[in-house]
Amino acid sequence: MATYLEFIQQNEERDGVRFSWNVWPSSRLEATRMVVPLACLLTPLKERLDLPPVQYEPVLCSRPTCKAVLNPLCQVDYRAKLWACNFCFQRNQFPPAYAGISEVNQPAELMPQFSTIEYIVQRGPQTPLIFLYVVDTCLEEEDLQALKESLQMSLSLLPPDALVGLITFGRMVQVHELSCEGISKSYVFRGTKDLTAKQIQDMLGLSRPAVPMQQGRPLQTPQQPVISSRFLQPVHKIDMNLTDLLGELQRDPWPVTQGKRPLRSTGVALSIAVGLLEGTFPNTGARIMLFTGGPPTQGPGMVVGDELKTPIRSWHDIEKDNARFMKKATKHYETLANRSAANGHCIDIYACALDQTGLLEMKCCANLTGGHMVMGDSFNTSLFKQTFQRVFSRGYNGEFRMAFGANLDVKTSRELKIAGAIGPCISLNAKGPCVSENELGIGGTSQWKICSLDHNTTLAIYFEVVNQHNAPIPQGGRGAVQFVTQYQHSSTQKRIRVTTIARNWADAQTQLQHIEAAFDQEAAAVLMARLGVYRAESEEGPDVLRWLDRQLIRLCQKFGQYNKDDPNSFRLSESFSLYPQFIFHLRRSPFLQVFNNSPDESSYYRHHFARQDLTQSLIMIQPILYAYSFHGPPEPVLLDSSSILPDRILLMDTFFQIVIYLGETIAQWQKAGYQDMPEYENFKHLLQAPLDDAQEILQTRFPMPRYIHTEHGGSQARFLLSKVNPSQTHNNLYAWGQESGAPILTDDVSLQVFMDHLKKLAVSSAS
Amino acid sequence: MSVNQQAHTGPPYGQPQPGYQGYQQPAYGGQSLPGVPQAQYGAYNGPVPGYQQPVPPQGSLRAPPTSGAPPPASGASHPSGHLAYSQFEHGDVQNGIPASAAPMQRPPASQPFLPGSAPTPVSQIPTFQQYGAPPASVQQLRNHMAGMTIGGTAASAPPPAGLGYGAPRPPAMPGPPLPGQTVAGPPSSQPNHVSSPPPPSTMAGLHPGPPMSGLHGPPPPTHPPQPGYQMQQNGSFGQMRGPPPNYGGAYPGAPNYGSPPGPPPPPKRLDPDSIPSPQLNELPPQQKPRHRIDPDAIPSPIQVIEDDRNNRGSEPFVTGVRGQVPPLVTTNFLVKDQGNASPRYIRCTSYNIPCTSDMAKQSQVPLAAVIKPLAALPPEETVPYLVDHGESGPVRCNRCKAYMCPFMQFIEGGRRFQCCFCSCVTEVPPHYFQHLDHTGKRVDFYDRPELSLGSYEFLATVDYCKNNKFPSPPAFIFMIDVSYNAVKSGLVRLICEELKSLLDYLPREGNMEESAIRVGFVTYNKVLHFYNVKSSLAQPQMMVVSDVADMFVPLLDGFLVNVNESRTVIASLLDQIPEMFADTRETETVFAPVIQAGLEALKAAECAGKLFIFHTSLPIAEAPGKLKNRDDRKLINTDKEKTLFQPQTSFYNNLAKDCVAQGCCVDLFLFPNQYLDVATLGVVPYQTGGSIFKYAYFQLETDQYRFLNDLRRDVQKEVGFDAVMRVRTSTGIRATDFFGAFYMSNTTDVEMAGLDCDKTITVEFKHDDKLSEDSGALLQCALLYTSCAGQRRLRIHNLSLNCCTQLADLYRNCETDTLINYLAKYAYRGVLSSPVKTVRDALINQCAQILACYRKNCASPSSAGQLILPECMKLLPVYLNCVLKSDVLQPGPEVTTDDRAYVRQLVTSMDVAETNVFFYPRLLPLTKADVDSDSLPAAIRNSEERLSKGDIYLLENGLNIFVWVGVNVQQGLIQNLFGVSSFSQISNALSTLPVLENPFSKKVRSIVDMLQGQRSRYMKLIIVKQEDKLEMLFKHFLVEDKSLSGGASYVDFLCHMHKEIRQLLS
Repeated sequence: MATYLEFIQQNEERDGVRFSWNVWPSSRLEATRMVVPLACLLTPLKERLDLPPVQYEPVLCSRPTCKAVLNPLCQVDYRAKLWACNFCFQRNQFPPAYAGISEVNQPAELMPQFSTIEYIVQRGPQTPLIFLYVVDTCLEEEDLQALKESLQMSLSLLPPDALVGLITFGRMVQVHELSCEGISKSYVFRGTKDLTAKQIQDMLGLSRPAVPMQQGRPLQTPQQPVISSRFLQPVHKIDMNLTDLLGELQRDPWPVTQGKRPLRSTGVALSIAVGLLEGTFPNTGARIMLFTGGPPTQGPGMVVGDELKTPIRSWHDIEKDNARFMKKATKHYETLANRSAANGHCIDIYACALDQTGLLEMKCCANLTGGHMVMGDSFNTSLFKQTFQRVFSRGYNGEFRMAFGANLDVKTSRELKIAGAIGPCISLNAKGPCVSENELGIGGTSQWKICSLDHNTTLAIYFEVVNQHNAPIPQGGRGAVQFVTQYQHSSTQKRIRVTTIARNWADAQTQLQHIEAAFDQEAAAVLMARLGVYRAESEEGPDVLRWLDRQLIRLCQKFGQYNKDDPNSFRLSESFSLYPQFIFHLRRSPFLQVFNNSPDESSYYRHHFARQDLTQSLIMIQPILYAYSFHGPPEPVLLDSSSILPDRILLMDTFFQIVIYLGETIAQWQKAGYQDMPEYENFKHLLQAPLDDAQEILQTRFPMPRYIHTEHGGSQARFLLSKVNPSQTHNNLYAWGQESGAPILTDDVSLQVFMDHLKKLAVSSAS
Repeated sequence: MSVNQQAHTGPPYGQPQPGYQGYQQPAYGGQSLPGVPQAQYGAYNGPVPGYQQPVPPQGSLRAPPTSGAPPPASGASHPSGHLAYSQFEHGDVQNGIPASAAPMQRPPASQPFLPGSAPTPVSQIPTFQQYGAPPASVQQLRNHMAGMTIGGTAASAPPPAGLGYGAPRPPAMPGPPLPGQTVAGPPSSQPNHVSSPPPPSTMAGLHPGPPMSGLHGPPPPTHPPQPGYQMQQNGSFGQMRGPPPNYGGAYPGAPNYGSPPGPPPPPKRLDPDSIPSPQLNELPPQQKPRHRIDPDAIPSPIQVIEDDRNNRGSEPFVTGVRGQVPPLVTTNFLVKDQGNASPRYIRCTSYNIPCTSDMAKQSQVPLAAVIKPLAALPPEETVPYLVDHGESGPVRCNRCKAYMCPFMQFIEGGRRFQCCFCSCVTEVPPHYFQHLDHTGKRVDFYDRPELSLGSYEFLATVDYCKNNKFPSPPAFIFMIDVSYNAVKSGLVRLICEELKSLLDYLPREGNMEESAIRVGFVTYNKVLHFYNVKSSLAQPQMMVVSDVADMFVPLLDGFLVNVNESRTVIASLLDQIPEMFADTRETETVFAPVIQAGLEALKAAECAGKLFIFHTSLPIAEAPGKLKNRDDRKLINTDKEKTLFQPQTSFYNNLAKDCVAQGCCVDLFLFPNQYLDVATLGVVPYQTGGSIFKYAYFQLETDQYRFLNDLRRDVQKEVGFDAVMRVRTSTGIRATDFFGAFYMSNTTDVEMAGLDCDKTITVEFKHDDKLSEDSGALLQCALLYTSCAGQRRLRIHNLSLNCCTQLADLYRNCETDTLINYLAKYAYRGVLSSPVKTVRDALINQCAQILACYRKNCASPSSAGQLILPECMKLLPVYLNCVLKSDVLQPGPEVTTDDRAYVRQLVTSMDVAETNVFFYPRLLPLTKADVDSDSLPAAIRNSEERLSKGDIYLLENGLNIFVWVGVNVQQGLIQNLFGVSSFSQISNALSTLPVLENPFSKKVRSIVDMLQGQRSRYMKLIIVKQEDKLEMLFKHFLVEDKSLSGGASYVDFLCHMHKEIRQLLS
């Protein structure tokens, strides 16, 4: 084996898994002393072009409490046609279909390179995908027009047999019936009244017809329920109708008087959408797509009153407990999110407005169900339009990059227990022997439901080593974890992906260097960040930072090399060297800092942070900065104020924003128009290069980042300045007295100061 | 036949009681009162002469009918006589009883005569006396009753009477009668009384005419016995024929009876006899007075109506004089407004009000006005002028806020005016100042409607508007039940088809080109469907609201639209509605949410309006206002019966309140196939001033025409919205009680979300101080409303009444039709809170008191056995009996709870003309119609005995028209009218008469059309063949007969009334 780095990368490529520790401390006590918990980032549906799914079903361990899937780590007795489960050691018979099995004739799941394998299950009815549009009509005319066009366009992107439905809302909520001809028909609900699912179904007439249907044609049950047909119709049948209907959508007709916000019943609209699907297609992949242009202003889930003079809550209000509606609204949306998730439906939120729209309260809808959350200024921007289009993008094989109703089951060998998961999922409350009592994230279960996921959706899963200190680990023994993800593929197939991984145990007292070398600091940073962000949702910001700091200090104490009380002697090994820097940037990130961010923005950032894969997460924690200049090819540079030089063009990718920043000189040149002069074509190329690179990033990113093109002194330059390490500030500029870089007007500490403090604390014998 | 039967029926005395539920026999006992001495009577007469003058003309009029005619002349001299007459007849009945008479009677009884009549010569005398008495007091001209009149005449001129008398009698009663007559003569202390004789004559003359002919002996050979019988009756009429013979059966004493030819078929009649009872006690037991009263001798509504029509129909009624009694509602007359409101707007129970409350209490005559503020006028009369007093609004009294009217007194050269109601002096606003002429009248008196007319309108200023904002034009919302029943019966399609054209006829103001009214559409079953019919849409949009628990209006723009602008969208909608619901399987409906939806829509649009709801079933779907079937016939005649009239839940009362506040009037069209609780569903329409139309077992073929006519009229008729009415009166009396379809949030203001030209409010007045004869009593009814174009207006009606210190003046200026209107409404409201029996007893008691008071204070003294009725009220007993027998107060087995509730609410907003015909239906012998003239055949009395097997009759009561075909009608007539060749082929299912080209058919159809035109609702036409099942239904409307449900016959009731009166007097 080459380096751990390669090992890690290979594992990620193959299994979509990255562990914080790749050699595991063998006892509980030691594990806790490692500071960073044993955990992994799992991308359940990691795109594997080289992995053709097999067309049969997995073989399961027969022990009812185990049901692990046959995998390459299992011991197989080819003669007796038996296999031993590597989790519970149960010996199992192969099923009859495996009669011909032998050393040379192995099924795929026994081959080591198939540590991740995907099965296609042929059983069960296939239900088409469902897309339910929930559209706000309290929009400006232009916005509404743009939204209507986007929606109409989206119809052509849907699979033809997908079912679509339309709910519009403003002061009232209208559920449009799509099947009727002639008269267009809709069911209208008051926007101020919360209704139970039962009431909604009764009112939509969904509850009754089911009975006669069954009596009348009992044989026809396997067909999709006809009851829903009025509100959810196959795209190919009604796309003309729906296109017209969308075209005729008018702004909410109720008058809005001066000084008022329009009455917007988002809470009820969502409730009805959830209720509708709950009643008609429970446990089927469905997307509720909410398009809203402002905050809910009435009914359950209202976030702000309709008086314009009272602004929507800010972090300040929340800290002062001045956000009147927040708790109730949050509760409302949480209830909805949980119901929706329980039925396997996901909720997307596309919020486009200049002010806040209540994402803070509604975030759980997307967070718990795996839905998308998109925030923009207007529906009439390419940010929204392209992001929305990308929701329906297809992979290389022409399949939608979305999957539904995933059920992730994690199995561990005995020495391990599962502490919890953080990601766009909810607990399925599956208790079992491998569930730890200590919870990290969403714990107390070994199974989670992810209502919607794509190839990037990544969960952080935390484990606990439970092996007692004195209990021996079998020599050369390996700990194993199996991830079983059942999901509805976008082709409506039901599939099961099984990933089984194993890692070596090591005794921390004797083999600490092994453990240390196998530390994955990137994964660890992200895993710790997820924990921090998860805590930040419920705790005060400063507490989280303190916790994060303490963990960092402890880690440094544990793995640093230093002489007591001598900060200058402090050294970290290579496998830890970047970690403090990640934490430094994490501390300044919008995920933990609410200053300068609205509550909605914070929610938005955190939402994405909790579901992106490792690479993207790292970009979010520590944005990437490239420099373009005449001095050489584009190069990554330090995210530091010293990188801001007059003759450079900088390209910064923070995941949410792509900033192109022209240095002072470059900007002057551009103003002078040199790029248009043939003799300065190289300058033109220089200007073009970051644009091309940015375009490349834009192509693949979801959601579309905000694209910012600015220059030295431009107001938008703040996006860059707020991210870089403030190594030069107005405080130390003259002290440094050097000419390079640009001072940042901030009181934040710089990385250097941070590191100095860290060293001091790490080596201090007092702590 | 019928006659005979009746006579006989009344077998045993005692037995009858059970039959009459209403009567209390015990009362009889009381009766002992001896007749009042004649002397008194004489005294009374004295005054009479003065009065009489008017009479003569009547007499003349009358002449035509009878040979008796001559009497009229005499009648002239004793106008009073007429009154007496009627009374007298009654009196007769009782007379028989009087002790003195008793002995005499017997003998007669024994005589061969037929039972009833002849017997009591002696008794007759007394009757006569009474006769005389009444006349004096009453003196009115009233000729109405043919019989009466004659009597009157007779009285005056004995001789003629004799003649008349003789004429008739001879045939009928040979021996006995004479004696009676003779007796009568003598007693004649009062000539007038002669009456007895006359009656006969009249009878002869009149009856023989059209109606009677069949019945009377003469014509119909078929009824052999009749002749004799009738005669007797005639003879008897005068007096009590009653006791006599027939009863005989009952008593041993009268063996004869049995024998009498009277042949009377034995059907049992429970009868009248009860009346006499008191005397019975006195009499020797054997006498059991069972008398047969001659129906022709008792006051006849037909005659009264005819007389009034003849006397007063020819000249316009000029309203300039205070306290004038207008012609009857059955008379066609023109009104000239000269300072008092037309009787089309206001009618009073009395036009002469007692000055003190003591007098009023003593008389027990209710003081009430029946007001129809937006009444439609015949084309010859001008609608009230619209007066604009400028920005400051109408000129009003500073204190009581009465509006400027002709009775205001201008003083100080016109600079101030003194209020005619409260006497407060108010400055005349400068812009309104005008000089006075030498008589104290303003110079511009004739230029200003508010100074010279009884009715006019003011343009209201913004101060008179809700929220100080001028109203928006009102809206009509059509709300159609599309549940299974409605769709299946074809109703939905029918309504939609009709609306397409009907929407072009929305009411519009004056000569505006198009109606300002906007329209909206809702359909519903368990959920509501609103429609967006905005003109810019290519297709209507349907919006379903299923949250019926919390109703709201899902759209604003596009729900209420202008018909012309959205014409195509509306048409498309109306085309599609029947298709959309063609295969609905929803049977449940909601109701309250439908009203709420309309209310919310009007609220959202900030306007008043009207909901037209077409509904088919009991709303049992889960929703507010959900009802359960609580129909329970077992409750009838128990203390809990009232619950059947009360709403099931107070929910609808609250809803109605909200509706009124918004000016949301509800008109309800019901198409029930079973019980749907009209009592509850009707609450909102009722309290918002709306109407209910009910079409039970709606069949498209037979009922659509009727329904569509009602709908058309209802949509098109003149209507005001958001109305408030207040009645101001002179100091001394005060409006204390109100009856009608409205809501009151305080004790003075009548609030109506909508008020149309058919809605009537009855207002009762009570004294709170004294009135003076000089100034009289004034009423001013002010109605503030929004016109159909959205204009806010005040309609003012003024009426001046006389005041009196003599009870006689009161009784002389009463109007029985109005009185009945009031009493019916009072009773119909009473059933909500009291057992029906209590209500009935109270009614009887009040009338008895009214009549007893008259008898005691106004009538000339006479034997207690005589029934004396004031001329103006001589129909009171018969009409009251009709009220008591009505479905609400005495339901027959076939009358459903819904019917009763429906009728109850219907009657509550009826005007006088409607109650008149409703309680005493009009019965026209079609075969007697003159095919060449426009006139209607003379009506006949509502009694089976007036029907002839060989004729065809039409009966209408404002809700139904029956065409009754006798079994012996000539085939030719049947062919002409029905287009079939024989009686048996006539179909009951016809809902209209076939259009046939022959004079008879044309005539009949034109009569039907004319009647339909007179009524506010399209009447259901029902063909009844004699001896067919349906005849039972028909007979129910022959209100002078005893009804199957136990209602007394006219004669019986009269006797009972008399007994009550006697009891009171004793």
